[in-house]
Amino acid sequence: MNTMQPQAVILIVLIPLMSSYAIPLLGWRWKGSAYFIALIAIGASSVCSLLLLWTVLKQGTIHYHLGGWLPPWGIEYVIDPLNGFMGVVVCGISFLVTLSSKESVEKELPEKKVRFYAIYLLLFTGLMGIVVTGDVFNLYVFLEIASLTAYALIAIGEDGAPLASFNYIIMGTIGACFYLLGVGYLYIVTGSLNIADLAKLLPPLYHSKVVLIALAFFLIGTAIKMGLFPLHVWLPDAYTYAPSAVSSFIAPLMTKVMAYILIRVMFTVFQPSYSIEVIPLTVILSWVAAVAIIVGSIMALAQRDLKRMLAYSSVSQIGYIVLGVGLANKMGLLGAYLHILNHAFMKGCLFLVAGALMYRTGMRNIFQLGMIHRKMPFTMGALVIGALSMIGIPPTAGFFSKWYLILGSIEAQNWVFVAVILASSLLNALYFFRVIENAYFEVSRGHPEGEALIEPNREEVPLSMLIPILVLAAGILLLGLFNERIISGILIFALPPGF
Amino acid sequence: MDVFSSVRPLLAILVSLMAAALILVTGKRPNLREAWTILAAVAKFLIVLSMAPSVLSGRLLECTILTLSPGISLKLRVDAFGLYFGLLASGLWIATSFYSIGYMRGLKEHSQTRYFFCFALALSSTIGVAFAANLLTLFLFYEILTISTYPLVAHKETPEALAAGRKYLVYLLTAAVFILFCIAYTHQLGGGLDFVGGGFLAGKGSPEVLRLLFVIFILAFGTKAAFLPIHEWLPTAMIAPTPVSALLHAVAVVKAGVFSCLRVIHYVFGPTLLSDLNLWLMLCYFVSFTIVVGSLFAMVQDNLKRRLAFSTISQLSYVVLGAALLTPMALIGSILHMAFHGFMKITLFFCAGAIFVKTGKENISEMNGIGRRMPLTMGAFAVGAIGMAGIPPVCGFLSKWYLCLGSLQAREMVFVLILLISSLLNVAYFFPIVYNAFFRKAREEEPLQREEASWWMVAPILICALMSVLFGLNPDAFIRFHQIASLAAANIRGLF
Repeated sequence: MNTMQPQAVILIVLIPLMSSYAIPLLGWRWKGSAYFIALIAIGASSVCSLLLLWTVLKQGTIHYHLGGWLPPWGIEYVIDPLNGFMGVVVCGISFLVTLSSKESVEKELPEKKVRFYAIYLLLFTGLMGIVVTGDVFNLYVFLEIASLTAYALIAIGEDGAPLASFNYIIMGTIGACFYLLGVGYLYIVTGSLNIADLAKLLPPLYHSKVVLIALAFFLIGTAIKMGLFPLHVWLPDAYTYAPSAVSSFIAPLMTKVMAYILIRVMFTVFQPSYSIEVIPLTVILSWVAAVAIIVGSIMALAQRDLKRMLAYSSVSQIGYIVLGVGLANKMGLLGAYLHILNHAFMKGCLFLVAGALMYRTGMRNIFQLGMIHRKMPFTMGALVIGALSMIGIPPTAGFFSKWYLILGSIEAQNWVFVAVILASSLLNALYFFRVIENAYFEVSRGHPEGEALIEPNREEVPLSMLIPILVLAAGILLLGLFNERIISGILIFALPPGF
Repeated sequence: MDVFSSVRPLLAILVSLMAAALILVTGKRPNLREAWTILAAVAKFLIVLSMAPSVLSGRLLECTILTLSPGISLKLRVDAFGLYFGLLASGLWIATSFYSIGYMRGLKEHSQTRYFFCFALALSSTIGVAFAANLLTLFLFYEILTISTYPLVAHKETPEALAAGRKYLVYLLTAAVFILFCIAYTHQLGGGLDFVGGGFLAGKGSPEVLRLLFVIFILAFGTKAAFLPIHEWLPTAMIAPTPVSALLHAVAVVKAGVFSCLRVIHYVFGPTLLSDLNLWLMLCYFVSFTIVVGSLFAMVQDNLKRRLAFSTISQLSYVVLGAALLTPMALIGSILHMAFHGFMKITLFFCAGAIFVKTGKENISEMNGIGRRMPLTMGAFAVGAIGMAGIPPVCGFLSKWYLCLGSLQAREMVFVLILLISSLLNVAYFFPIVYNAFFRKAREEEPLQREEASWWMVAPILICALMSVLFGLNPDAFIRFHQIASLAAANIRGLF
């Protein structure tokens, strides 16, 4: 076992990377194999990620030196409780989303299957690489892998997709450049790229303007990448026009991984005290996040397209995570961590439901859903659970991240944030109940023996789509009920020192 | 006080949850589906009843299910007060189940599976509210109750019903947000959130903070208790099928609001703290306003269910008035009134529903002479009306008597006066209905022969009316409401 664990660190990236090259090779001959290769690769990574998380929690941080080169010269992969947790979230959600992708890819992109899965797996590689690496430049490389593949995947989508992707390329490239500039500035003053090394070298240099500007670059770069208001403009179009399989993969994960970078930079590369005290960074962040929460919700309220509504809701939910980070106290940060997990489940579930609706009925206009629950009762049940969780109704998962964020805001004595979080859950209620109302109630009336007249046949989506949806919906409930286990078992160890 | 752990509180919640699942599965076979409802209702009542002896002998039942948040558990604890509410809600669910079947089938309603599913879910959460051992657990069930009753309010799916459903959600979810804030803040002030007879917040914060917290708490929970001026959702929700109005909007949901108010008043803040903060008198005046104005509103309603709704608004505030007076007698009266009002009001609602099913009439002005067509129904209605006015021997008299004694104990004559005025108003808006039903002639074209609704509906009506009288003669009959209420009152005052 002990010899396995260091290997798992690299395998988690290597397996999907190699598999993504295997897909075109095998797919050239057997088209159907692409899906299974992707699924198996992500499944293998998931096993590795679970193994790593278990080891980290038992034995502490794992270091893996690529090619045997010692840090700070070589590239180092580091797994601590925070990215061990992130790895499991990314792998787990990816696995479920991939599992469900077969039918919708078959339907939406029948010709491009093989290429699709090759790029898809590269995107997964990029995300996993970002999570496991302990080197800021290596992180940049993976960031670019993830971004470029995401541009490509989004561009495969329907009519508006190329333009949406182009917007995303422009914004995303600016974001990545900013990140790279940050890396460069830090390299100028310290001569190091290793995160642990940087953390040691930076404190004496905190007075330097260069360090300050580097942090600012990091921040803006990641803010663009995660779609933090007002830098979110690429996000709604990208999520809306991407193929269903892509939006349900990117929406729950991409922005979360970017939020992880933010947390990593603020609390590991830099000391928490620098980000909190020396410059009022957390204060600025949390106010921006508060605005994001409200504006995102209001924009979501104005949408008629289900996917677009969910996209704007993501803008708002990213605000929750950043707000928790910005609160910079124990409860707030726990809330942010928990919300990364919860939101990945909720958005994964809801985007899969949106995809299932598209698959079965081609509908995405909220106001045309009428009585869809008779056709697809299980899918709609999952939608209700996901929606309740977004609103924050206990005992769903969404309630508890809200609960910790409120506790954090009260601890910080910031009543505006409390009000923002509470108001946002009302706005969520407004736009999600609109969906539920349209899906469950038929407004046109007038036939007394209703049940006999309107009984469309049950046409659920295929099991390969339904099972991931139901697993995620059940997960939302279980995460809510057992959130304390996750907090006391994992997240409490992922807090930066001093919290 | 002994506390011992038991799974029975959890079972009482799960039994209707399981029934809800079975109802969904067997939705295509109505008879089997309804059998689950009745089975669950009876089983739930028996489980709750089986806990009565140990609670009466001074032992509490507790069930810690899991940890919700560091330091806060999802915990159930059955004390006298919780048991009391649990008995009331689960007992009346049996009657309502039978009645629902008669009503829904009588009207050939659509989406009956959804209806019975949500009903079972609502009852699960009501019992959860009753047995919750801390504020967060209470809030959890309280929210499920709100959500599960929303489809019942919007059941008709007409634009008006959907609008009523929206209004319902807007009021109750907005209130919920404030409750959440209060709970989080209480957590910050006091650490734990577990209910303690006599309160746990004393000395935990400055008086200003505690005052503000109390006001928000009461207004937020008070939304479900339909205090004026935040009552509007309740009359609007009367568009729901009558069994929903009867059990949920006269007993379970609104009483969950009142119950939570009482929990906050006596188990979070406590009488001592409230009299130190000088808040109780303010609250008394606030709810007195609702008592009187609610009755005045009721007088001008022509729709029978809306009149009953305003009467409910007024009567719910009796309960909070009794609790806010802080005197032993008032407290007993307040707790007694929770159950007694439940029995009387459910009778009245059942009657309104029976009239609607049989004749399609909803407005009082059309009900002249209806007593000759439906003598049993209108007889029961008369019993309920007498009780509402507080006339013996119906049970409404007893609780009102205690409330008056309590006001005198508190040396606040003014509230005796308010209770008496309210009684007169009740006479003024209920007795004309009874009088017109029996002594006015119906219009020519209407049939004169007797035609009651089906026995599925008439039997629950008669039983509830009979119970209202029996409790008036002997408040300890069957369920020992009086004894449990006294125990809860003693518990609150820290007597044991």
